[in-house]
Amino acid sequence: MNRVSTVGIMGSKLRSDCNISLKITDLGGIRINLKSKVAVEYGRSIMALVKDELEFFDIKNAEIEIEDFGALAFVLSARIETAVRRCFPDTKKEFLPEFSDKCLYKTSRERFRRSRLYVPGNFPKLMINAGLYGADGIILDLEDSVAPTEKDAAQILVRNALRRIDFHNAERMVRINQIPRGLDDLKFIVPHNLHLILIPKCEHPEQIHQVNEKIKEIMEAKGLKEEIYLMPIIESALGVLNAYEIASCADNVVALAIGLEDYTADIGTKRTNEGKESIWARMRLVNAAVAAGVQPIDTVFSDVTDMQGLRESVLEAKSLGFVGKGCIHPRQIKVIHKAFAPTPEEIEKAKKIVLAYESAKKKGLAVISLGSKMIDPPVVKRAIRTVELAKNNNLLDRDWRNNE
Amino acid sequence: MNNEYKLVRNALGRMVPTIINGKKAVPYQGVGKYRPTGRKAAPPISTCIDYPADGNKVVNDIKTALQKAGIKDGMTISTHHHLRNGDYVANMVFDACAELGVKDLMWFPSASFPCHSQQIKHLESGVIHHIEGSMNGPLGEFASYGKMKGMGVLRSHGGRYQAVQDGEVHIDIAVLAAPTADPFGNANGLTGDAACGLLGFALADSQYADKVIIVTDNLIDFPCYPWQIQGNYVDYVVVVDKIGDASKIVSGTTQITKSPDRLLIAEMAARFVKESGIMKNGFSFQGGAGGTSLAFAIFLKDFMIEENVKARFVRGGSTKYLVDMLEQGLTDYILDGQTFDLEGVRSMRENPRHADTSPFTSYNYHGKGNFATMVDTVVLGATEVDVNFNANVVTHSDGRLLHGIGGWQNCLFSRCTILPIPSFRDRIPVIRDEVTTISGPGELIDVIVTERGIAINPLRKDLIEQMKGSNLPIRDIIEIKEEVEEICGGQPDPPKLGNKIIAAIKWVDGTVIDCVRQVIE
Repeated sequence: MNRVSTVGIMGSKLRSDCNISLKITDLGGIRINLKSKVAVEYGRSIMALVKDELEFFDIKNAEIEIEDFGALAFVLSARIETAVRRCFPDTKKEFLPEFSDKCLYKTSRERFRRSRLYVPGNFPKLMINAGLYGADGIILDLEDSVAPTEKDAAQILVRNALRRIDFHNAERMVRINQIPRGLDDLKFIVPHNLHLILIPKCEHPEQIHQVNEKIKEIMEAKGLKEEIYLMPIIESALGVLNAYEIASCADNVVALAIGLEDYTADIGTKRTNEGKESIWARMRLVNAAVAAGVQPIDTVFSDVTDMQGLRESVLEAKSLGFVGKGCIHPRQIKVIHKAFAPTPEEIEKAKKIVLAYESAKKKGLAVISLGSKMIDPPVVKRAIRTVELAKNNNLLDRDWRNNE
Repeated sequence: MNNEYKLVRNALGRMVPTIINGKKAVPYQGVGKYRPTGRKAAPPISTCIDYPADGNKVVNDIKTALQKAGIKDGMTISTHHHLRNGDYVANMVFDACAELGVKDLMWFPSASFPCHSQQIKHLESGVIHHIEGSMNGPLGEFASYGKMKGMGVLRSHGGRYQAVQDGEVHIDIAVLAAPTADPFGNANGLTGDAACGLLGFALADSQYADKVIIVTDNLIDFPCYPWQIQGNYVDYVVVVDKIGDASKIVSGTTQITKSPDRLLIAEMAARFVKESGIMKNGFSFQGGAGGTSLAFAIFLKDFMIEENVKARFVRGGSTKYLVDMLEQGLTDYILDGQTFDLEGVRSMRENPRHADTSPFTSYNYHGKGNFATMVDTVVLGATEVDVNFNANVVTHSDGRLLHGIGGWQNCLFSRCTILPIPSFRDRIPVIRDEVTTISGPGELIDVIVTERGIAINPLRKDLIEQMKGSNLPIRDIIEIKEEVEEICGGQPDPPKLGNKIIAAIKWVDGTVIDCVRQVIE
């Protein structure tokens, strides 16, 4: 059995995080060596937390060294738990921080998913304020942004983050690892009011079924019922071919995203800004998603300094039928929302359709018409969404009907 | 000496000493309440016949100049901080004093920087008795643990001018670093290897010190023009190899912050200025070189372009970003207090609309008015603010004195003072029930902008009214405080402090607004 463990790299500074070295001993009780940037202000509460947590894990004798750079309590306790688990890999107990009531809000199937902000799952500094930038969704990432050796640390940190961080009504998302490995992530995230799971490199409906089975198993064991939505990410040639089957194989799939870095690698080409190499894949994905009744979501734009490029990229995505885009820096969010916002002409047209629809409904008419044109239900649905989007972007008064 | 003071409660309820380093001190009485009378201090009468007719005042070295100036134990020696963290001169001066065997000096810098940490050895050996001026970093740390012999006194840039003018501080010898000077003592900061833009912080020293020594590494033939420091005030000129490390004086390029949190706060502050109607044609604002304040100016600039608004003047802290605004016609003038990058220095040298200012023009309490009250809005930092909007810029929540006041107190007199600050730093909440040290009274602080919401001082009913219906998150300061405490894990413990007072914090009028106690390790 491994009786010594380390979390983080002792001696290296990382704001809002801490390094921990734990040594399980046979005698001597609990000895804590705390070096903290906030020793004066929170030294007492850190010491109390360490004692509580070690006691919770039935550790009676240990030397624990902590280098703290202003880690919040849920970060400290995640790091301590990781250290403990690395000494005792069979531990079943979880030291859960109290569920904040700001983490209990719900999501909905049809909500906007224009922007989803990726946050590395093992990097507390970037998580804490992630909800303040107005993204439609926050993705705590367990996949590519986490080093293979730190997957266990990230699972626990993300779990604690789901219970403590207020993401200000953003949809609470986690990107798990590729299936099958990602199935192991689920028990750490599913019970904590998770709204949506991103499944990377999805190629088969079977992978969706596996995730859903595992979710069901965890939910049943915990007596939970809440539906968790899925957003498969299509990142390969095979995935693109199977896009419709993936999107339509389960009720809880609400969106289909494309990941172009891996897709272009898979087809043996290079990703360009122009995107000629992926145009077929993107069009096919939009078509598959719409056919399956889910939202088509575009890939991330990776140059965080090029706001003009981002704007153009979103406008292009919008023109292809995408309704969302991934982001890797908070500054991208506003640009994305602005670019997805309806134009004044689109708003005017949508308002007329919505009013015509409402008046037809009031009169009990089955057929809606605007001028001499008949309006089909998908057009109405789209118009309603355009009006919502306009309101969301402050382009339309919430009370617009009365101002007409 | 430290045990002689009596403590009294000042108008903000803080216990402050009535005697500082053996001199009587007046407790803070409230904003605009204290009005000293009498006549201003003045240097002794000098006579031109005592100075070389050929105008050549150059002497061999700093030591010689100090001797000629009559250096002796217990004197007050002043320096300025335009060379910032690249300054060599203040260190040279006290090394020379140590070699001369002088003791118990008072160092009166307009600010100190980490590069001055070597003064600690002079504080330990008794060459320097105490410092009256900002103590940044290591010096503050030294003082915080009670190791300085006398009590530190912190003043604002304007307060320093006030103290010199009303005789609270008498400078015996001013030693002024000059990037360019002539043998007569005319000096400026516009050219030379150590170019720093202007020398405004040295103005009071040149005018009021008994003796004035210019130290330069770029001596040019008379006349050195523009003469930001006039040779007619100067006794001696010394030439040295280097007065400073250029790379630490100004930065080649000032970088805007990449921190998403700071950008968010800066953008919210700029939107506040726009939506509150402060941003209108002919308005003015003050920007600095700090990450958030720089970003604020950039966001504001975008809004100004969008709304086709032009400022009459911008107060700096100038950087290339302000220079861009000037050159693009977005402001008529830059009134510059200190220049932070090479573009700022260039613009000041070349553009007559980029004016150099001093604490006298901008901040002085004993002037017949000053610029600070005429600025529409200013953004400033703080280490802490309390629920009554009182703010701290000098100490950290652990009690250590780590920052100077700078122009901060003086700027509070603008028409709308905004503090764009994070709601917590490294787990430590910034909004508190009570700040560790009051550096400025809440009645002058109008708006706190944090990433979690904007709190408007209840005294500013006009701003509250103006912002009704705004999409900005206007919130009660207590609500933000409670949210942050929830995140950070409750209220932080107070630091362990001793009885010894290690520094007094002066208000702009010379009264004592608060004091700093020794930190117990």
